[in-house]
Amino acid sequence: MSEHLTQKLINAGADVVDEMLEGVIAAHGDKLHRPSPRSVVARHGPRSGKVALVIGGGSGHEPSFLGFVGKGLADAAAIGNVFAAPPPQPAIDAAVTVNGGAGVLFIYGNYAGDVMNFDMASEMLSLDGVEARTVLTTDDIASAPRSERERRRGVAGNVFVFKAAGAAADRMAPLAEVERIARHANARTYTLGVALSACSLPQTRRPNFEILPGEMEIGMGIHGEPGMRRETLRPADAVVDEIMDAIFFEMDAKPGDSVAVLVNSLGATPLMELYILHRRVAQRVAAAGLKLHSSLVGNYCTSLEMAGASITLMHLDDELQALLEHPCDGAMFQVAGK
Amino acid sequence: MRRRDVPGCGQVSGFTAADFAESLHRVAETLAAHRDELCRLDGVVGDGDHGLAMADGFAAAAKAASEAAGGTLAGVGNAAAKALLNAVGASSGPLYATALMHAAKAAGPRAAMPLAETPALIAAMAQGIVTRGKAAQGERTMVDAWAPAAAAAPQGYAAMRAAAAAGAEATKAMIATKGRTSRLGERALGHIDPGAASAVLVIEALTRHWESL
Repeated sequence: MSEHLTQKLINAGADVVDEMLEGVIAAHGDKLHRPSPRSVVARHGPRSGKVALVIGGGSGHEPSFLGFVGKGLADAAAIGNVFAAPPPQPAIDAAVTVNGGAGVLFIYGNYAGDVMNFDMASEMLSLDGVEARTVLTTDDIASAPRSERERRRGVAGNVFVFKAAGAAADRMAPLAEVERIARHANARTYTLGVALSACSLPQTRRPNFEILPGEMEIGMGIHGEPGMRRETLRPADAVVDEIMDAIFFEMDAKPGDSVAVLVNSLGATPLMELYILHRRVAQRVAAAGLKLHSSLVGNYCTSLEMAGASITLMHLDDELQALLEHPCDGAMFQVAGK
Repeated sequence: MRRRDVPGCGQVSGFTAADFAESLHRVAETLAAHRDELCRLDGVVGDGDHGLAMADGFAAAAKAASEAAGGTLAGVGNAAAKALLNAVGASSGPLYATALMHAAKAAGPRAAMPLAETPALIAAMAQGIVTRGKAAQGERTMVDAWAPAAAAAPQGYAAMRAAAAAGAEATKAMIATKGRTSRLGERALGHIDPGAASAVLVIEALTRHWESL
C-alpha cells in the first residue's frame, strides 16, 4: 500500500458529509430541504395520497442518492457516513416527513448494513402505524452468480429503478403497485463495472486497495470490494465488449427489444472516456438488433475518486419505457416532459 | 470486592453503572488506537471503513454511557446502544447497538451487579449480535469471535479472550456467506475477518477492565 496521503479538497475528514449537505442545500434549496441532519427531502413531489419513496445509502457515491430526490423521483433520501449505511433515524425522519398516508417504500442497494438499518427503521415506523415496504436493488452482475440474483449488490442501475418507481408513485399508483414496478425494474437492470484505480476515504486519505499500473479489475464494487478478476488493461472497445458480452448473456433480449443505457463514471474517469465507451456500447446494441431507447452518460453512482466506469442496461418493455419517459425534476437528474 | 461511593446511590458494591461506562471508554480507546489497522484489514476484503465505524461508534457510545453513569446498568447500556447506532449506521451500528441492548437487559435496572456476573454480559452481547445479524459460527463474521467467547464465559476472562482470539484467527480459513465479504468467495482466504478482529479488541478491552476491578 502507498504510504502518502491522497490530496482532497476537504476541511476536516470527519466533517465531509455534513459540509457536503450544507453545500447541496445552498445550491439546490429550490428543490431540496433538510428536515434533520442526515435526511434530504424534495420540496415538490411529496403530497397527500401519494406513496412516499425513500432511498438512501452511504455517502461518497454522489449524485447517488440525494441527487435523485425530486418530483417524479424519490421523495427523500437517508444519508450515511462515507461508504456506510445510514442509521435508522435519518430513514425514519425522511419517511415521516414525506409520508402522504399511502405508505412508504424504501428502495436501496442490497448491502448487509443497509438492510439491517432500514429494517430497524421499518420496525420503528410500524410501531407508529406507518407501513413501510422494501425493495432491494441487485443489478451488479459481478457480485454473485445468476442463480443467486437476490444476493447481488445494488450499484449504478439503481437510478433506473428509482426513476421507474418514482414515476409510478408520481402517477399516484398504490403502494403494492409501486413496489411491483420497482421489483420489475430491478429484475430487468444489469450493471458491470471496471476499476482502474483505488479510492481513498476522506478520514484516512489512504488508497483502500491497490491496482498496479497496466491492470484493471472487472466487477469491482462501488466501495472497492474486490471484483471478479484482475486483467491487463485493454483498449476501451475490448473492455466494453467483455462487459456487453456478460450483460447480453444475462439479459436474454430478442432482436427488436429496446434498452436504456447508462455509462457511469466511478468518479475520476472523464466524460471523454465515457463517450468513447458509449460509442462502442451503441455499436454493440445495434449489432444485437436492439433499439437504443435512451442514454445516460456521466456521474450517477460514483466511488469517491475511483477511476473506472460501469455500464448498465435496462431491458425495457412498454411499461418501463413509459415510466422512464415520465418527467422528473431532481437536483441532479431531470427528464423534460414531452 | 471493593466498595465505594457512587453519587446519589450511597454505598454500592460490585460492578456499578459508572464501571460499565468506564468499560465502554476502555473499548473506545482501544478501537481508536487500532482504527487505521482495522481499516487496512477491511480494505483487503471490503470497503476499508470498518475501523472508522467501530472507533466512531464506541466513542459515541462511551460519551452517552458517561452521561447515563449516575443511573442504572441497563440505562448505561441502552444509552450507549442508541448513541452507537445513530453515530455510525453501517453494519457495526445495528450489530453492536443490539449487543449493548442485550447487555443492558442482562445487567438489568439496578445500580450495580456482582462483578462475578460480568461474563454474562459477553454472552448477552454475543446473543444480540447473532439475533440481529442472523449469522452462525463458521460464516466468517464477528460471530466467530463472539460465540466462542460467550461459550467460554464460565471459564473466566482469560479463557474468553483466548477463545475470541482463536475464533478470529480461524476466519482466515473460512469462506464468507454473510456481509460484504461474502461476494469475495475464496479470495478472502488467508485474511482475518475485520469484524472478528475488532470483536477481539472489544472483548479484550472489556475483560481486561473487569479483571482490574
